[in-house]
Amino acid sequence: MGAVKTGRASAIFAGVLLVTFGTAASAAEYQVAIAKMKFGPLPEALHVGDVIVWRNSDIFRHTATARDASFDVDLPPKSEKRMTVERAGAVDFYCRFHPMMKGKLNVQP
Amino acid sequence: MLKHILAGTVAVALTSTAALAADKVTDPQIAHIAYTAGQIDVTAAEQALKKSKNPDVIEFAKTMERDHKAVNEQALALVKKLNVTPEDNAVSKSLSDQAAKELKKLGTLHGKAFDKAYVKNEVAYHKAVNSALSTTLIPSAQNAELKSLLETGLTLFKEHQMHAEHLTSTMK
Repeated sequence: MGAVKTGRASAIFAGVLLVTFGTAASAAEYQVAIAKMKFGPLPEALHVGDVIVWRNSDIFRHTATARDASFDVDLPPKSEKRMTVERAGAVDFYCRFHPMMKGKLNVQP
Repeated sequence: MLKHILAGTVAVALTSTAALAADKVTDPQIAHIAYTAGQIDVTAAEQALKKSKNPDVIEFAKTMERDHKAVNEQALALVKKLNVTPEDNAVSKSLSDQAAKELKKLGTLHGKAFDKAYVKNEVAYHKAVNSALSTTLIPSAQNAELKSLLETGLTLFKEHQMHAEHLTSTMK
């Protein structure tokens, strides 16, 4: 009796894991830190549909703005915002207020 | 030490460094100098926002106003927390005097002439402040939080300087 219960619980657990991994595989979430007037490390394996959470830890307002105007995220001091990646390809971005802050996203389909 | 900063920031000829070596700039003086320097740039930005019609200059001035206010708010919060009263000093006075002159001079200019002079002064001003921060103010600061805030300021102002330099190159 006890063994059956355990078996069922394992099956349910496996199911939950599958769902979790399934979700993760279709849309990953990446944090991009903005601190000390710099964009932190960028995700390498970025795909359309993934989510980027831009997290501004500075006391200054920043933006993450695409050169091709495909996105423009306003980031007040000590704030974070989520953005779903919509286009494949390489896109250069910068901070509109601090143009020396810049980076490049490489998005795969 | 105070006179040394003075020389760096307002380009007064320094005749004898040896005689000044005994001077020491204190945290309350550093706080006053940093706050004054920030306030000067906010005032300059406010003037530019009233006078300029150039969208790039306006955007730049808005950023200067916003960023320098942010640093100064942080500075005020810090001195309150540390129970330190910023202390007026020769460097702050000299910075203010110089800034008042510059404000007056820029006030007589209009249009493109104003834009160019404002941005050119922003380059020179940030350069001078950054040099004072890295050579004197940061090394002299005793309190770790004050030092850290000055370092944040330096990182920010270096970006401002490059931004202003870039703007100058587009305004020929």
